[in-house]
Amino acid sequence: MNVQAYLTPRTAEEALEQLGRYGGEARLIAGGTDLMIWLKRKKYTPRVLIDITGIDQFRRLEFTGESLVIGAALTHAEVALDGGIRSLVPVLAEACASVGSPQIRNIATVVGNVVSAQPAADAAVALVALGAGTEILSRDGRRTLPVEELYAGVGRSIIDSTREIVSRIVVKAPGPGSGSAFMRIAPRQALALPVINVAVVISTAGGLITGARIAIGPVADRPFRPEGAEKFLAGVPVGDPGAFAEAAGMAGRESSPRDSLLRGSADYRRHLVKVLVRRALEEAAGRVDACKEGMPQ
Amino acid sequence: MKTGQVLNFTLNGEQVEVLVDPAETLVNVIRKKLLLTGTKRGCEEGECGACTVLLDGKPVNSCLVPAMKAHGKAVVTIEGISASGELHPIQQAFIEAGAVQCGFCTPGVVLSAKSLLDRVTLPSEEEIKTELSGHLCRCTGYVQFVDAVRLAARKLGRFHDRSGGDGGAGRSVV
Ligand code: FES
Ligand code: FES
Repeated sequence: MNVQAYLTPRTAEEALEQLGRYGGEARLIAGGTDLMIWLKRKKYTPRVLIDITGIDQFRRLEFTGESLVIGAALTHAEVALDGGIRSLVPVLAEACASVGSPQIRNIATVVGNVVSAQPAADAAVALVALGAGTEILSRDGRRTLPVEELYAGVGRSIIDSTREIVSRIVVKAPGPGSGSAFMRIAPRQALALPVINVAVVISTAGGLITGARIAIGPVADRPFRPEGAEKFLAGVPVGDPGAFAEAAGMAGRESSPRDSLLRGSADYRRHLVKVLVRRALEEAAGRVDACKEGMPQ
Repeated sequence: MKTGQVLNFTLNGEQVEVLVDPAETLVNVIRKKLLLTGTKRGCEEGECGACTVLLDGKPVNSCLVPAMKAHGKAVVTIEGISASGELHPIQQAFIEAGAVQCGFCTPGVVLSAKSLLDRVTLPSEEEIKTELSGHLCRCTGYVQFVDAVRLAARKLGRFHDRSGGDGGAGRSVV
C-alpha cells in the first residue's frame, strides 16, 4: 500500500481542490468498508485518500417540502434509524437495515452503497425503486443524475472517485396514498449477500394504483426494473391479490437471474423474484391504508 | 524512509499520539503499534466481528477502518471497559452464562453488547440478536450470548441502581 497522505477536507470546495491538485492520484473515501478491501487487493492504488465524512454539509439529513436529502457522509445506521425515514420511506429504512452488520452499517455510507455499484446493494435497490436522484460535484460544476443512471456495469459506476463527488441523494417524498416495502432472501440474516432482493414503491388514488416502481437485485448488472409488471399495475385496485400475483409473475419472467453457486439456480431465484415481488406489493399496499388512517382529515 | 502521518485520538480514555501509515487499518495500529492485543484479527474483511472496537461509542470493524478515521475521536477496546484488572459486569456475565469458550470472538462481542446496553436498559431477545449479528463464534452456539447479555442487563441494573421495567423498556434498535 502506497498511500502517502490521508486528507480530511472540511468543505466540498476543499475536497474538489484536493482532487484537482493530485490529478487522478487521489481517491475519495467515505465509510471505506469496500475501499479498504480494494486497496488491499490493489484494485486501486491511490497516492492520497480524501475522507469526505468530516464535511459538515455532507452530514445533513433533511426533509424539505417535497424531498428527502441524504448527505454523502450519512451511514446506513443513521438512515435506518431515522424516525422520519422509517415512517415516510420504510423501503429505504428496511433496505439500509439489511446491509452487512451493525458494525458495517455504523460506518458504511448510503452514497457509498450506490457508488460501489453492486447490483444487489440493498440501499441502492431501494433508491432505484424510489426514483432517487443524485447531485454530483466536480471542478466543472454541479450536475444531477438519477441513481439508476450511475451504473456502468457490475461494480462499476460512471462516477470517477478521483475527480468527482456524489454529494447527496435526493428522494422525492412519496405523497399521501403511497406505500413502499423492501424484501430480501439471504442464506442468513446478517453478513450475507442477498440471493434476491426486491424494493417496491406504489402510489395510489381512490383505491387504485396510479404508479408502481419495482427494483430487483441481483438479476442484471444493475438494479433491474421489470417495466412490464410496473405498467400492468397502473390502474389495478390496491390490494387486489390476483393482480399482484399476476404482476409478480410478469416480474419473474422479465428478470434473468443466473445460475450461481453462491446464490442458487436461476430457476429457484426466478421463483424467489415472484414470491418477493408479490409479498412486497402486499406489504406496500397494507402501508397505504396505514398511511391514510394516520393522515389528518 | 517510511511515510507517516500523525494520528491523535483518545484510546480507552487516554490521549494517544502515534505515527501511522496513512492507509493503515485501525486494528493494526491498535495491535502492532499500541500493543493492545485484546482486539483480534480474524477475516480482515468485515465478516467476523473479531476486530470490533467502539468508535465514538459505536461498534465498528477495526479491520475496515483506516486508523486516520479515529483522528480526534474516542476509541474503546476491550482493555478499556474496566479499570485496574477488574472485570466489567458484562464480562462477568459472559463467564457466568458460559458464553466464552476459546475466547477469540469474545472481546468484540462484549463491546457490541456494551454498546447495546449503553443505549437500551433491558433489550429484547430480538434487539440482542440484531446487535450481535455482526459476530461469528465458532464455539458457543450463540444462545449463551443472549443469556449473557440479559444477565449483564440485570447486573448493570443493580450496579447503577436503575429501575428495571418491562422487557419493552428502552429505545428500540432496528
Ligand atoms: S477481522 Fe475484522 S471483521 Fe473479521
Ligand atoms: S468462543 Fe470461540 S469463537 Fe466464540
